Amino acid sequence: MQWFLANSGMVLERAGQHMVLALVPMVLGLVVAIPLAQLARQHPVLRSVVLTASSLLYTIPSLALFIILPTILGTRILDPLNVVVALTIYAVALLVRAALDAFDSVDGDVSQAAVAMGYKPLARFVHVDLPLSLPVLFAGLRVVSVSNISLVSVAALLGVGNLGMLFTSGLQRGFVTEIVVGIVAILVLALLMDAILVILERLLTPWERAGQRGHHGRAGTDRTDPGRLSLAPAGGST
Amino acid sequence: MSNVFSDTFAWLADPLHWTGSAGIPARLGEHLQYTGLVMLIATAIAVPVGLYVGHTGRGRVAIVALAGALRALPTLGLLTLFVLLAGIGLMPPVWALVILTVPPLLAGTYAGISSVDRNVVDAARAMGMTELQVLFRAELPNALTVMFGGFRTGVLQVIATVSVVAYINLGGLGRYLFDGLVLSDFPQMLGGSLLIAALAIGVDLVLALIQRLFLSSGASKQSHRGQQAAVDLTVPVVAETVAQGGKS
Repeated sequence: MQWFLANSGMVLERAGQHMVLALVPMVLGLVVAIPLAQLARQHPVLRSVVLTASSLLYTIPSLALFIILPTILGTRILDPLNVVVALTIYAVALLVRAALDAFDSVDGDVSQAAVAMGYKPLARFVHVDLPLSLPVLFAGLRVVSVSNISLVSVAALLGVGNLGMLFTSGLQRGFVTEIVVGIVAILVLALLMDAILVILERLLTPWERAGQRGHHGRAGTDRTDPGRLSLAPAGGST
Repeated sequence: MSNVFSDTFAWLADPLHWTGSAGIPARLGEHLQYTGLVMLIATAIAVPVGLYVGHTGRGRVAIVALAGALRALPTLGLLTLFVLLAGIGLMPPVWALVILTVPPLLAGTYAGISSVDRNVVDAARAMGMTELQVLFRAELPNALTVMFGGFRTGVLQVIATVSVVAYINLGGLGRYLFDGLVLSDFPQMLGGSLLIAALAIGVDLVLALIQRLFLSSGASKQSHRGQQAAVDLTVPVVAETVAQGGKS
């Protein structure tokens, strides 16, 4: 505790770096994954290509990817950009799947009704499909957030600044406190981010709380549960 | 750039790097050995607990919460902590890896069992099966595909994490990354990384093949959703959703 108080400035700075490295890829991943999933839904061939490619990329261990990327990008090995790109790749891989599931979870009758009411494709997507798929999408985002925050620390092994530095320096100096502070800080960040996402989801989907759980809504919520569980094992790649 | 590639290729092709205790086959063997050991222990813990929770429904909330919380634990932090507390050697990092691997296996087992169609379970019970028979003859066979999905995820995660273990003076393919880092020997680092990536993809393909050959051909053949209703009750819709949703 004393060590933490004496070094709180350093820890906070590392935490800041950590959050940037974890969150920028999450946002980028979302921005790439949603249009990609939408495209993949319209073209069956693209769908299988996207799913295969994403699971293949997700298979590559992060430490290896951090080292392979500089060769491809032409960056230096210490460049934080490598970490951002690598984690964006993982985020896209997870979110494309989640987004496909999410869009599939939208009741076909509702989409049809929107078309019948005169919604153009883009407007229908923004005003009907996207909001209705938010619960499943957020389940995916929460997995990405947690796994990104935990993955970033691996980059410390290569010297990219973040909370993982507390582990490497703690090990070198044989200083347990520093490692414990690092673990706790990362857990706190992950919980904090998860809470923010939960609150955001609640704000964005007020109808979910309104007790609208008829027979159709019930099926919808049931779908999210196995989805979340299935994503849960997928979460922790290193 | 082409320089790095040709150097890396030269590093990989150098016969010196394919023999001896620091050679690629030896490192590969170590890597697989650690992975096997971790999976053995983790499976021995996770599967019985997952079966129990899946069958009885007791402790469901606790398991989901635990799996979620442990997912946030940084691998590197846990590894370094265990090494500092328990010392250098094979077992401290192995236990750290076990702790990280149990949650996905547990979640996979639990999800598999609870995804089995309730009608099937009720039918088994109505036929006079004992609870153990219900679990092992009705639930387990139907849950295998989903459970194996969790196992595959676990194996990949361990292969990835074992590369980190080299940081604390153990073997495995990760050695090339850290030895290369210390020596600023980029071809060695890149070569090691490519080997690890190839290993992960190769192992996943083998596991996918095993899944296709030995596991529930009923479930894998009817991946077309349209056929779902036509196929017998023993393969529930949820199982398919979960299996596809999981990383594969």
